[in-house]
Amino acid sequence: MKPVVKNGILLLIVVVLAFGPLIITRRGEFAGADDQAEQAISTIDANYKPWFRPLWEPPSGEVESFLFALQAALGSGFVFYYIGYSKGKHSVSKKDQV
Amino acid sequence: MGMSKLKNIGLLIAYVLAVYIVFPNNAYAMHIMEGFLPFNWAAFWWIAMIPFVIAGVRSIKATVTLHPSLKMLLGMAGAFAFVLSAMKIPSVTGSCSHPTGVGLGTILFGPTAMTVLGMIVLIFQALLLAHGGITTLGANTFSMGIVGPFISYGIYKGCQKLGAPLWLSVFLSATLGDLMTYITTSFQLGLAFPAATGGVMASVLKFMGIFAFTQLPLAISEGILTVLVINILSTYSQKELGLLGVFTGRELPTSKQEAKQA
Repeated sequence: MKPVVKNGILLLIVVVLAFGPLIITRRGEFAGADDQAEQAISTIDANYKPWFRPLWEPPSGEVESFLFALQAALGSGFVFYYIGYSKGKHSVSKKDQV
Repeated sequence: MGMSKLKNIGLLIAYVLAVYIVFPNNAYAMHIMEGFLPFNWAAFWWIAMIPFVIAGVRSIKATVTLHPSLKMLLGMAGAFAFVLSAMKIPSVTGSCSHPTGVGLGTILFGPTAMTVLGMIVLIFQALLLAHGGITTLGANTFSMGIVGPFISYGIYKGCQKLGAPLWLSVFLSATLGDLMTYITTSFQLGLAFPAATGGVMASVLKFMGIFAFTQLPLAISEGILTVLVINILSTYSQKELGLLGVFTGRELPTSKQEAKQA
């Protein structure tokens, strides 16, 4: 099997794993942990009060998703920069050998 | 529609229903939030984290002074953890969680290097996203940057010793490391919030049951993505992976002399 095909199949499995739950679990709210966490702990210890608040919180859901997207973009930007860089280096050194 | 297809769909529905009956609440499956660990526990995990961070800084320094060419790859391992931590992916339990992405760096640079990189990712999320927290940084670093990577590292080395193929070692290492991170989080919460009846273990099991199910598909995704990146690296960055002993299972030389001999 060609490496591209093999990696393509791997990627496809990840896509199915990530989007499958949206289709098979229609009743899910798919909420993040942040809001339900308080309830989860208060069912065990109703008297617990968080003793420290975040120094800064994103003012809205939009700002928060912007920052998460920024994090992903910066990370994947560098990951793919590195892959491109090594691919270039690899093909140059192969040319030199020929 | 064939009989077997119907049967498969039936099984899938039964599985999802079973998950709902056993775990009716939305899962609480991410890092521990700011202020949500009592002061003593927060301090305990901070203190437990520090020696690993020092060891990690030393390990990174040793690696980059011996092989300056590996700096870029180290950055890439950190960037991989950065991306995966930003991906809140839906799971079969009807809630979201995110992978950790530290398995890749562990396989390349060893577990303590990822303690440092994992901590940097957690600090970013705590300060800018109010996700996780500074008081709970110790606990979150302990699960994502210490227990996860050490489990990954152990499994990777074990598989290599047993002669497993590279892809399988990488897959198991990243997947189980990811799962163990969230199992550790459940222990940390269970210890801090023991249930009125059943105590610590009852709480741990409650958190763990939810975590294991939510995290399982994500852990598998992380395993597959890590295999994918290792596949790409072993085509284009053979030299770097060779220096790190990824193929041979040999340790990175720790002194300059050893490096010259190698």
